[in-house]
Amino acid sequence: MDILLQQIINGLTTGSVYAVVALGYTMVYGVIQLINFAHGEVVMIGAMVAFAVIAALAGSALPPAVILLAGVLAAVPACMLLGYGLERIAYRPLRHAPRLAPLITAIGMSIILQHLALLIWGRNPIAFPQLIDNPSFAIGGAAISGVQITIILLSMVMMAGLSWFVYRTRFGIAIRATAENVHIAGLMGVNADRVIAATFVIGAALGAMAGVMVGTYYGIAHYTMGFILGLKAFSAAVLGGIGNIPGAMVGGLLLGLVEALGTGYIGEYTDLCRWPGAADGGWMGERCADGAHFVLFGSNYQDVFAFLMLILVLVLRPSGLLGERVSERA
Amino acid sequence: MTGAWSTKEKIGLACVALALIALPFVLAMAGTAWVRITNFAVLFILLSLGLNIVVGFAGLLDLGYVAFFAVGAYVYALLASPHFGLHLPFWLILPIGAAVAGLAGAVLGAPTLRLRGDYLAIVTLGFGEIVRIFMNNLSAPVNITNGPKGINLIDPFRIGDFSFSANSGALSGPIKYYYFLLLVLLAVIVINRRLQDSRIGRAWVAIREDEIAAKAAGINTRNIKLLAFAMGASFGGIAGGMFAAIQGFVSPESFILNESIMILAMVVLGGMGNIWGVIAGAVLLSFMPELLRYTVEPAQKALFGRMLVDPEVLRMLIFGLALVLTMRFRPAGLWPETRHRRELDADRK
Amino acid sequence: MTDVLLEARNIGKKFGGVQALKDVSLTIRRGEIYGLIGPNGAGKTTLFNVFTGLYPRDGGEVLFTGQPLALESPHTVAAAGIARTFQNIRLFGNMTARENVMVGRHVRTKAGVFGAILRSPAERAEEAAIRRRADELLHYVGIADRADNLARNLSYGDQRRLEIARALATEPQLLALDEPAAGMNATETVGLRQLIDGLRKDGLTVLLIEHDVKLVMGLCDRVAVLEYGEKIAEDVPEAVKNNPKVIEAYLGTSAH
Repeated sequence: MDILLQQIINGLTTGSVYAVVALGYTMVYGVIQLINFAHGEVVMIGAMVAFAVIAALAGSALPPAVILLAGVLAAVPACMLLGYGLERIAYRPLRHAPRLAPLITAIGMSIILQHLALLIWGRNPIAFPQLIDNPSFAIGGAAISGVQITIILLSMVMMAGLSWFVYRTRFGIAIRATAENVHIAGLMGVNADRVIAATFVIGAALGAMAGVMVGTYYGIAHYTMGFILGLKAFSAAVLGGIGNIPGAMVGGLLLGLVEALGTGYIGEYTDLCRWPGAADGGWMGERCADGAHFVLFGSNYQDVFAFLMLILVLVLRPSGLLGERVSERA
Repeated sequence: MTGAWSTKEKIGLACVALALIALPFVLAMAGTAWVRITNFAVLFILLSLGLNIVVGFAGLLDLGYVAFFAVGAYVYALLASPHFGLHLPFWLILPIGAAVAGLAGAVLGAPTLRLRGDYLAIVTLGFGEIVRIFMNNLSAPVNITNGPKGINLIDPFRIGDFSFSANSGALSGPIKYYYFLLLVLLAVIVINRRLQDSRIGRAWVAIREDEIAAKAAGINTRNIKLLAFAMGASFGGIAGGMFAAIQGFVSPESFILNESIMILAMVVLGGMGNIWGVIAGAVLLSFMPELLRYTVEPAQKALFGRMLVDPEVLRMLIFGLALVLTMRFRPAGLWPETRHRRELDADRK
Repeated sequence: MTDVLLEARNIGKKFGGVQALKDVSLTIRRGEIYGLIGPNGAGKTTLFNVFTGLYPRDGGEVLFTGQPLALESPHTVAAAGIARTFQNIRLFGNMTARENVMVGRHVRTKAGVFGAILRSPAERAEEAAIRRRADELLHYVGIADRADNLARNLSYGDQRRLEIARALATEPQLLALDEPAAGMNATETVGLRQLIDGLRKDGLTVLLIEHDVKLVMGLCDRVAVLEYGEKIAEDVPEAVKNNPKVIEAYLGTSAH
């Protein structure tokens, strides 16, 4: 099997999901400079709602495609409503409060949503029922599954759709104008409240789709899945340049690739026995006798890569790959 | 703030002191478990006071504070347990733990300090997770942390032949720790108060209020923020060391995100920046789980015949709500900073 | 009289493609009040922010007391002896007036964490001195009775005064005031004028950006005029007032 190609395929799959989630962070950050910590939980709720519906209908006589669609059609509006509610109830009243206030509220909302999900759906993960089989295709020594193809294509379509919306429609212009300068946009007749609410709603809709996709990919939905996913997607947004929509897409894909390749190769490269000269003798030689391994960091460090990328970007290029400067403005 | 205490205050203070000294014996009558619960409450007060330096004084949002607690706990566990066969005395390990945690704080804060405060929030959030990943996985190829199983048989505090874990007469182990914790708490309160009314403390608050104005007024904001971060982290490290010794056992499970959120909720609910408010918030929230256990569980069983809402879930929901509602309706907390009260005095003059 | 305190040489500053400052040179002499005026967007505040280390400059250099001024950060500038106020007042709202001024002493004092925790005699003496100096300065700017009030609850005029007191606490050789009269009523402006006059009498050098041309002309020893990021005049007020380029800049050509 071609590990490199396989990890690239896997990386593109998770990267697509990161990109779609990152869009939710970056759009909100663009207009109100808030890290919406609760966004990861919105994604989780999307997955939970969809899976609950799908699991409930799985025994029925409906065709699998209809069941899947029903799940998505339940999750997306539910999350849009949730996104709207978050903005309206939690963040809007704090728009002129000191910076710390909305951040603390965001983390509070995130905890609330996570534990509400726990109350509703319980501690155990919801498994994705076997509705349709997931065919696997061989390409150049690697395998790509039907689910992976669907995730990648669907993400591309959503990102293209969002780009069209933001760059080609009147409302998209209003969003960009608000992101540029909320006061001036207001003077030009843009209804900032509507724009801000819209970014939450759109981000949540994308998040719901991402939740369904990632849940389907791993086969389960769980109340804790939003946290680490959100953290990674945020890192992706920073990597691309927070507030920058194409940046979130590039950042997401890149992060997915780095993570997949990193996880695929870290064990091999931190295996001291494979280092030249290491196995020659002494303490290390003993450890490496008979082709044994001495792996410092294995694939269980997968979740570390996103964080390392985040730190690296903040140190080397805080504006991200495609972004403007983000340092404290005068 | 300044000046000597009035007679009335002295009497009040003496009463509080007596009550605190008598407290463990009263609690012990209800069961030693209550003394243990109180000890953990004091640990959480210590943690909130540490976080208060970062969040309350300097206005930097740290969402992974429990990581420094973890660092302190593991430093103690590794240096005083059969795991490595090291048994250093506690008075040596606690400062080491504080230093390591403080260093971790500074290293972590450094890349974000010239950026907007939100980045610090997300980096600390991530760091909390990373520390847990390392604690879970650093058991191979060389066993450092013993992985998810954690480290057992950690030494209690010992001075000569006097061990804090054994019972000696009327003084049970937990009661001895209680007095030790009380002493540490007293020291930490004094340190906090002195810092607050010092050149450094003013610089922290100035940065919180307006970073650009603080710079223009001549404050090297980067260093001062780093200092806040390192100080707060080192307090967490000390608390962690004591936690390891009292508990006798550490594992990654004790240092999850929810713990960070709980400490943050204590600081926010009590009143960011106000030492007494933070203490009150910590007392309130650290006894709440017990309160819930004795009220919500029986109430649910009586009403519905079974448990609908797990108290643990309810507890987290309350923490989340505490954060959101405080920010919305009482951003200065239930017990706001004393400056506001001082001003009321000024107006009355 | 010819003792030069600050000399700026060919200062340039770009924002994206916009040249906000172009080769601006000027000299401020010790003990004078130096006015900087110009139409909106002429680059006054930008120049100010470059002098005080808030913005990095794109060219040129600044000599302060004959030495090149380290402009990399506002706090080094404050340490070198330039203090400033802001056009839209920036106080520490939830600190008292006295504490605001005490913060200004930060750069001239040195107690650290351990001094504060141990309350060493040196730290205590320093703290008392900081407090004493803060009270003196509050008295000097005329708001001694507001010392215990939170800064955000002070009247607008008092906030301006407090900001000046905080700047003075850093022991500046040059005090840079960014539109101190903005938003003030007539009585407050008169009071401010007396305050600035007093500063000069006490030997301080003042750089004054102001919209209120009357105030500038009445108060300043010399005035520079900026237009589109370039200095178009620098002279005593009388001469500047009659400078045709200045008149054109302010009244505009017939096209406008």
